[in-house]
Amino acid sequence: MSSISDLPEYRAAAAVSALEADVLVLGGGPSGAWAALTAAAKGARVVLADKGFLGTSGATAAANTTIIHVPPDPALREAAFSRRWANAFEIAERGWIDRVIDATWHNLNRLADWGYPFPTMEDGSSYRGTMRGPDYMRFLRRRLRKAGVTILDQSPALELLVAEGSVAGAAGIDRVSGERWAVRAGAVVLATGGCAFLSKALGTNGLTGDGTLFAAEAGAVFSGMEWSGHYSVSAAFASVTKGIVYFWGTFTDADGNVLAGRDRQSTVAQKLIDGPVYAVLDKASPRIQEGMRKGQPNIFLPFDRMGIDPFTQRFPVTLRYEGTVRGVGGLAIDEDCATSVPGLYAAGDAASRENLVGATSGGGGPNATWAVASGVWAGQTAAAFAARLGRHHASRKARGIGGNGLRPTGTSRDLDTGEIVAAIQREVLPLDKNFFRSERGLTDSLGNLDGLWRDSAAGLVGTGPSIVRARETAAMIATSRLMFASALERRESRGMHRHRDYPTLDPAQSRRLLSGGLDRIWVRPEAGTILKEAIAS
Amino acid sequence: MIELVSAERCTGCNICVSVCPTNVFDAVEDSPPVIARQGDCQTCFMCELYCPVDALYVAHDANLAVAVDELALEDTKVLGSYRKAIGWTADSRPRRASDRSYLLLKPH
Repeated sequence: MSSISDLPEYRAAAAVSALEADVLVLGGGPSGAWAALTAAAKGARVVLADKGFLGTSGATAAANTTIIHVPPDPALREAAFSRRWANAFEIAERGWIDRVIDATWHNLNRLADWGYPFPTMEDGSSYRGTMRGPDYMRFLRRRLRKAGVTILDQSPALELLVAEGSVAGAAGIDRVSGERWAVRAGAVVLATGGCAFLSKALGTNGLTGDGTLFAAEAGAVFSGMEWSGHYSVSAAFASVTKGIVYFWGTFTDADGNVLAGRDRQSTVAQKLIDGPVYAVLDKASPRIQEGMRKGQPNIFLPFDRMGIDPFTQRFPVTLRYEGTVRGVGGLAIDEDCATSVPGLYAAGDAASRENLVGATSGGGGPNATWAVASGVWAGQTAAAFAARLGRHHASRKARGIGGNGLRPTGTSRDLDTGEIVAAIQREVLPLDKNFFRSERGLTDSLGNLDGLWRDSAAGLVGTGPSIVRARETAAMIATSRLMFASALERRESRGMHRHRDYPTLDPAQSRRLLSGGLDRIWVRPEAGTILKEAIAS
Repeated sequence: MIELVSAERCTGCNICVSVCPTNVFDAVEDSPPVIARQGDCQTCFMCELYCPVDALYVAHDANLAVAVDELALEDTKVLGSYRKAIGWTADSRPRRASDRSYLLLKPH
């Protein structure tokens, strides 16, 4: 193979481990694991690099999520379709919903055949509609090892490599040893998850939009980035953002007045802007309480350790921001999970999930379902692409394309990533900026974020392991700008995009918004659809 | 956030260093690992699950450090309680199959 010293910036590094693969998967959550498993089953040599540890990384590992497992009975499938369609606000696609549900059905059954311990119901039958994160991811890790996939843990990617107009691998760092790594590959699957801006929503702090930045640097197209106004309730002190338990909750304000409203999430958000909000899970029957205790013990970790009985004692709550994790936007992909860039594929929350959930959060369940289906498809297509290239792919002359945070364009200054992250969070986390959006607020935020981008592009650089945080910082700025630029172009309220200036849904805007860019962000409606403004002009 | 690496219990296997998804611990030769970057802890409790000797304790607060008393944690048997609840200890294995989440999801 051609040596990694083709890449001048790695020549100087103390140590570089250079690997070669047919398919490189970035990200070790469920979608990355499914992509790697599928590519390996197609005969590809697969390397999977994860920022943390495949087994604990990502939003799924720490959680317990529902998943859509519906047998191919026409009536049941129609009902499953209708449940999605009813909340999609005309942004999803019938064909996609059907095929995602079908692919997940088959692959969860394969998981059972491999010996995954799905829970058994009281009648003795197997229940395949929930996945317990720690068990699921530990099982997938073992399966990957068996399949011969090389797993690089604690190995965040820092940038993509490109060769001859295609993505040709990635380079990164082992953040424990400090050793640099590079993997030359025929195809790359981005399974890097969404971006939750270090909000500490459960399991999301590794999800800083790294794949969004990498793909934007490669010129990729995104879709639905305005679907990023999602927050989840947690106890104010806790990380556990598990919405389902609040189905049995009563919310009150400081004076004990019960909060009522058609849209409870918005009611709670509005109240939280004004002052504290409390909850108690007083509507949970003993049977439901048993379901929570025996099914989802992580619900109780913060309560038990705080000494609160959530079924009888009220506790303060907050809304933790979940960005594009439980939001919807991400890389625009075709039905094979190919992005607009040759050699680059996307799976899981790194990809737009509009095809499945439209303008409404994929919460845990639909997103978990999507992770399986998109992971399998991305792995399959990436393996086929690499096979067409043949083994010569590693002799292509590759170069790293990372910019902001890695290769400053001006005099590198010792910018404090902590301060930049706090400045990003001041724009994306507040409920009165991002849960409830407005023309003026979005414009102001975007202006501030553009300024952060310019400053960091010119001067931000990390050394040693801090290079990871520098790139994460750049990734969060890039993601937030795509979000707000897209949100400005959607002059209506629809699903999780709540616009104070345009509080109602406008049927003429039942189309998607594509976006991309780095120094200049562009947003345009998907081809074949017409912007209202365009008609007017 | 992570508050305790019990020197009493820790065997120095450094599994927590390897598995922490946000790289909070640093290994120390001939000693238990240290909590080197507590502010990066996302309070996901995964390290507790992977610790084979229940030497770790993640407190309830995701943002603020909480003072903990190891003796009190021993007394209340909270060390290792999550690993047990989820069925990751030898004697709690049957709990894995008894996930009752479906009670929350089936019509009620």
